[in-house]
Amino acid sequence: MADKINYKSVFFNPFSKDNPVVVQILGICSVLAVTAKLEPALVMGMSVIAVLAFANVIISLIRNTIPTNIRIIVQLVVVAGLVVIVDQLLKAYAYDVSKQLSVFIGLIITNCILMGRLEAFAMGNKPWPAFLDGVGNGIGYAIILVIVGFFRELFGSGTLMGYQVVPQSFYEAGYVNNGLMILPPMALIVVACVIWVHRSRNKELQEE
Amino acid sequence: MKPNFEPGGKLHAFHSVFDGFETFLFTPQTTSSSGVHIHDRMDSKRTMIIVVSALIPCLLFGMYNTGYQHWLACGESHFPFWELMLYGFLAVLPRIVVSYVVGLGIEFAVAQWRKEEIQEGFLVTGILIPLICPVETPLWMLAVATAFAVIFAKEVFGGTGYNIFNVAIVTRVFLFFAYPAQMSGDKVFVATEPILGIGGTAPDSFTGATPLGEVATSDAASGLNITGITGDPISLWDAFLGLIPGSFGETSTLCILIGAAILLATGIASWRIMLSVFAGGTVMSLIANWCASPLYPASYLTVGQQLCLGGFAFAAVFMATDPVTAARTNTGKYIYGFLIGVIAIVIRVYNNGYPEGAMLAVLLMNAFAPLIDYCVVQANINRRMRRLKTKES
Repeated sequence: MADKINYKSVFFNPFSKDNPVVVQILGICSVLAVTAKLEPALVMGMSVIAVLAFANVIISLIRNTIPTNIRIIVQLVVVAGLVVIVDQLLKAYAYDVSKQLSVFIGLIITNCILMGRLEAFAMGNKPWPAFLDGVGNGIGYAIILVIVGFFRELFGSGTLMGYQVVPQSFYEAGYVNNGLMILPPMALIVVACVIWVHRSRNKELQEE
Repeated sequence: MKPNFEPGGKLHAFHSVFDGFETFLFTPQTTSSSGVHIHDRMDSKRTMIIVVSALIPCLLFGMYNTGYQHWLACGESHFPFWELMLYGFLAVLPRIVVSYVVGLGIEFAVAQWRKEEIQEGFLVTGILIPLICPVETPLWMLAVATAFAVIFAKEVFGGTGYNIFNVAIVTRVFLFFAYPAQMSGDKVFVATEPILGIGGTAPDSFTGATPLGEVATSDAASGLNITGITGDPISLWDAFLGLIPGSFGETSTLCILIGAAILLATGIASWRIMLSVFAGGTVMSLIANWCASPLYPASYLTVGQQLCLGGFAFAAVFMATDPVTAARTNTGKYIYGFLIGVIAIVIRVYNNGYPEGAMLAVLLMNAFAPLIDYCVVQANINRRMRRLKTKES
């Protein structure tokens, strides 16, 4: 690689300007599925950070030995291995959350962000920048997950991380949790709002 | 007063608000200065006013029925007309006010912010929202739902005339899905508390489910019995007149038909859509009735009951014909309306979880209306192309 990679931009760009969810619109399905509560959203975010970072490093280490025509298979095997490890760890140490996330941990394998980063970055870069890129993109994904999860749990269940935050007196005064927030369509609308706010703050991202 | 709002005037920032009120009250006198233009006096504000006036029979009857159901629930046996009307008026007034204040507030704010003229589409929506909601809907829920619908169903698409979905229906659907416990069942459709000392308090034991709600939960094997809140059976005539529990303005098929007559006489609503919605509903009810099964109690309803109960007629006359969200081509209108009728009855009969399907049917077909139009136009183009080719060859 002739051009020098700016480590800082590799790490920080995915947070906002190059965010995998709200700019590249990748991995939307898991954002819709796991964000009804904040806790699973957080765990899902951390799992993706871990899997993405290590997958990036491993692929980057063996990038020169992978035959090009079977590279997708190799990438899938690496990701699948890591996902199984994360899944087993969650089952061992956070069984309840793993129950809630159910199939979606397994579906990290098919998360478009992973394949995208492996193809676009890890296949052509050294392990250290690849690691930074993986962590950065993972965090970018997790941020959105947490924002969406925050609003959905707050308005949908009146709780955060399982603790009730909407005071009981509100309920007595007639306040009712918004059932639509729990349903997936509202997740889509919340993501749309995040994109809306994000675009209006970053003019250069607005399309014509 | 006007110069204050002209460019450079003190209150120029609010010129769109002023402009909105001025053109609302007076037909604009400005004429275009170049070329030949033909203007009709029927601008969109005048159109909206006619739709609102077509809704007035439903509104008045809704007031009477609210009072009537309340008196019934309290176990009264004589029904003083003016007290019933006053009670209904007091029950619906806060809802109309909330719906207009929230909706118009957002419209005005957005118009100011974008420096555009105020669009008047909310005039109709604002009166439709209280009419299609249960009378006991908490006011704050109504406010949240209205705000959601105006912002996400209308303003993000570019305001009046650009919305894909009918705003009033989005409000209703938001309420239905967001607060299911409050929006269905037997508590919201009949007012139980006295308002300003008028009326009494209903005993806790009464149930005020809508007829369709009752049907959905009834045991079909022992035969359908649709009863009013006092336990007397509801006849088809009652359902047609509208003396049944239900959302505020949609119970009376008679008043809806009066409104339909006004809309058709003034040429505002499309008779093609209305006709085909009723045709679709009739066909599907016949099919459902023909292969009725105890699994789906609503399939035992006759065609007349299907069309008179619930929000079907209201949706057909006032919702499906919304010119912005309906199909534009004439052939498309038949298809659009027919499918609304069919889908409304399908949801009503085959999904026991949703006693009423008309609003969902309209919303779904709103989404398909552009596709229907596209297909109709394409089919027309293809037919003409073929004609051209046969002539050439």
